[in-house]
Amino acid sequence: MAFDDTKTEDFKVVGQRVKRPDGVDKVTGKAKFGADAVAPGMLFAAIVRSPHAHARIVKIDTSKAEALSGVKGIVTRADFATGLTGGDLDVLENVMAGEKALYDGHAVAAVAATSQLIARDAAKLVEVEYEVLPHVTDVDKAMAADAPVIREGAADQSVPEGMHANVVRYHESGHGDIEAGFAEADLVVEDSFKTEATHQGYIEPHACLAQLGGDNKGELWCCTQGHWNVQKLCAAMLGLETSQLRVTASEIGGGFGGKTAVFIEPVALALSRKTSRPVKLVMSRSEVFRATGPTASTSMDIKIGMKKDGTITAGQGTFRLQGGAFPGAPMEFTAMCAFAPYNLQNVKQVGYDVMANRPKQAAYRAPGSPMAAFAVESVIDELCKKLGLDPIEVRLKNASKQGTKASFGPTWDRIGLVETLEAAQSHPHYSAPLKEGQGRGISCGFWFNHGGETSVTLALSEDGTAQLSVGTPDIGGSRASMAQMAAEELGIPYENIRTTIADTATLGYNEVSHGSRVTYASGLATIKAARAAVKILCARAAAKWGIDEDAVVWENGCAKPSGPNAGEFDPLPIDKLTRSMGRTGGPIVGHFEATPEGAGVSFATHIVDAEVDKETGQTKVVRYTVVQDAGKAINPAYVEGQFQGGAAQGIGWALNEEYIYGEDGRLQNSVFLDYRIPVASDLPMIDTVIVEVPNPGHPYGVRGVGETSICPPLAAIANAVSNAAGVRLKELPMSPPRILAALEDQANNG
Amino acid sequence: MIHVNTKINGDDVEFLCDPRETLLDALRDKLGLTGSKEGCGTGDCGACSVTMDGRLVCSCLVLGAEADGKEIGTVEGMAEGENLHILQEKFIEHAALQCGICTPGILVATKSLLEKHPEPTETQVRYWLAGNLCRCTGYDKIIRAVMETAADLRKAS
Amino acid sequence: MVEVNLWSGLRAFADGKDCVEVDAKNVGEVLSALVEQYPGLEHVIEAGVSVAVDGKVIASGLTEPVKPDSEVYLMQQLKGG
Ligand code: FES
Ligand code: FES
Repeated sequence: MAFDDTKTEDFKVVGQRVKRPDGVDKVTGKAKFGADAVAPGMLFAAIVRSPHAHARIVKIDTSKAEALSGVKGIVTRADFATGLTGGDLDVLENVMAGEKALYDGHAVAAVAATSQLIARDAAKLVEVEYEVLPHVTDVDKAMAADAPVIREGAADQSVPEGMHANVVRYHESGHGDIEAGFAEADLVVEDSFKTEATHQGYIEPHACLAQLGGDNKGELWCCTQGHWNVQKLCAAMLGLETSQLRVTASEIGGGFGGKTAVFIEPVALALSRKTSRPVKLVMSRSEVFRATGPTASTSMDIKIGMKKDGTITAGQGTFRLQGGAFPGAPMEFTAMCAFAPYNLQNVKQVGYDVMANRPKQAAYRAPGSPMAAFAVESVIDELCKKLGLDPIEVRLKNASKQGTKASFGPTWDRIGLVETLEAAQSHPHYSAPLKEGQGRGISCGFWFNHGGETSVTLALSEDGTAQLSVGTPDIGGSRASMAQMAAEELGIPYENIRTTIADTATLGYNEVSHGSRVTYASGLATIKAARAAVKILCARAAAKWGIDEDAVVWENGCAKPSGPNAGEFDPLPIDKLTRSMGRTGGPIVGHFEATPEGAGVSFATHIVDAEVDKETGQTKVVRYTVVQDAGKAINPAYVEGQFQGGAAQGIGWALNEEYIYGEDGRLQNSVFLDYRIPVASDLPMIDTVIVEVPNPGHPYGVRGVGETSICPPLAAIANAVSNAAGVRLKELPMSPPRILAALEDQANNG
Repeated sequence: MIHVNTKINGDDVEFLCDPRETLLDALRDKLGLTGSKEGCGTGDCGACSVTMDGRLVCSCLVLGAEADGKEIGTVEGMAEGENLHILQEKFIEHAALQCGICTPGILVATKSLLEKHPEPTETQVRYWLAGNLCRCTGYDKIIRAVMETAADLRKAS
Repeated sequence: MVEVNLWSGLRAFADGKDCVEVDAKNVGEVLSALVEQYPGLEHVIEAGVSVAVDGKVIASGLTEPVKPDSEVYLMQQLKGG
């Protein structure tokens, strides 16, 4: 394989359901997650949090807490760097409140003590005097003229004049003439939708162990999706030189986007610097809900026009996203993803980023896209129903494909939406009979995917095995897929590769494990690092044989002369070459550093059958099928796992999960009992179909798969509920009270 | 501080703990048995599942002091030396874990299920595991791994 | 010259146009030319943008080549979960 070649067939290891290399550690309890590390002399920390949604911090009195035996140090905002601006200042404000507490749960101080119990007791003794301010938590109310201002001057120049100060960013895109488009339609449906904030709900709370000396050299262990990002942000928050802080990523107990930010890590470092001791800081579940990053909540208006034959003539969407007390709600993605599955001549999308007294939203699997799909795909479903058209036929008729113009502008490259729709249409699920009280829904979904800065090193050992160092934390089995790709290139057994997640001191920069980028970008880098090593191996063989480097090829783990003209030599296996590498030019290491820009987008189509109990309003998902384009599945078992996990999270979002704020602006459901994520008895088996339309931007055709799977479920289930119960739910979650209210409303108003 | 004498995975163990300290914290912080995880601390996620005198409990809801005179079983005690328990094997084989944080609790819980109900139906497995949250997998591959283990164990016996 | 399509929200900063012409051979040159010709766009480009060149989304790279007949779209910066 030449360095940039594409390989599409004859895979030996890629495509196999190999066992993950970290499997034994993870089933025996040996794997070390964020909270599992210890250090000699370690202190435990606890954070003091605001009970108010919006309040000026008048005074913090730590004297009683300090007097408690076992307390070693307390930090407040005064212990962090000053002079930060822009995004860094927002991160610091969120990590530790400055003049104002901006949401229920906002950190205002932190304590380190000799035990966890003492630290918690001491946190209660810290006396904070607050001047309570008016608050707002709802997106529409936060935009209203009388809403309290979260932060004056937070808006950027994109915001049109006359908007409330809580509207901080504005997006508008599209093409064609939507009014003309609507005029062409035989039917126009217009509706408004709302979705509540949900949480990623990773089972492992944020945890870290920090050591920072007076010399400003530090070590940090934490569960994160991206330790280089943690390094950069923590260095800024504490006024350190980036390279002086070494960050090691622990095993990570789920992230889904929520562990791309920092929350407690700078606090633990500040406490460690203050006490000169290692400090461990672990969040409680309720802290995770109150003070990490849930999704944005949304309020959306959709208008779509359709001809009798199913052609969509125009689409328009307005998306208002509440992203907490800081700018950054992903409204531009909501807007850009909304109509992405469809080839529209006339389309317009508008987005507003709105601040409110809630925690700063964080990414959650395809940030912003699932909500858009919920609203748009619900309206398309209504149109199909009213015009008596098959929902898959209509989607096929309008589907985006290579060469059509995307709703956000560019012309599509090779994409696989049509293939997912066709696979869904021919899947037995789509034609299976339904029982009384059940309804079927379908929906499409879209996510961009991402490449990002990536560094990988592959070092050969003297026995011909290989150590692969990647910088993207393994959230769902990526060590296996990396080793598969390396084994494929080197032509050695999969088991002969050891994949390690390297710390920040041992590799170049690696962007966070997000944007479904790991198998794509770290995978691409692994393939290229392996090819770089193979090139050296071939050169060593050439030198030994006294022939030209180009006359050597690499096959099945051996160097061979490329043909009869190259000479007659016995193949040289990898271990023969590595055993002598010290004396033939030195260690053999392949590496690759780049920002690959060819992440292929991924589309999905989901089919769901739901059963609604009209007495209780309870909805049960009885059958579920995910069809998604993976480009090329390196390890099908883990690809299926991503499909199933995304679908399950989408089911939770659709039916149960929501942030519930009281009139007082406090979060009312900050435990798993009240914020109910799907449990095993809530779900059916989740069937999967992997469609493979290769991504031209990856040597094997890989597309990221981690995110798109959460885009269709919200709408697919809403469409199924509408078919099962005869009512259209326009607010998420479709919890029993909302379903009952909708049924009652329909009975009253016909 | 309370002096506790207990047996963990067959070994005699003693430790001192605060009367407020949970068994989970004692296992993790006092004894270095960090295989049991804290996902919630309120009995809702099952990541801390252990057995106490053979009964499945959430160790975050049990006090360390309550372990006195009892026999505790944790995930660390499932494999025999190098030999994994068949459930552990099947979980790896079926890709029944993604991040793996729920896995120790789910393994302890399913082992106790199969001891009580060697022939569970899918519904039985789903309800038995309803107290063990997994956010990554959608449970599909977990349920399949458990069902196949049960079938294999029946064939073997 | 290369035609660069802007998202319509940017019209306000580009004399009301949503398609402008710049002299550029790669993505970096596209961006600096835009700022030079329409200083109002500076804050947007500073905040971070992605660029689609012939249907391929360039999330952040500046060195990607652009040809006179390339289809170029400015997009809001891509990231993920
Ligand atoms: S930690 Fe014990 S049930 Fe969640
Ligand atoms: S595998 Fe991650 S929570 Fe179950």
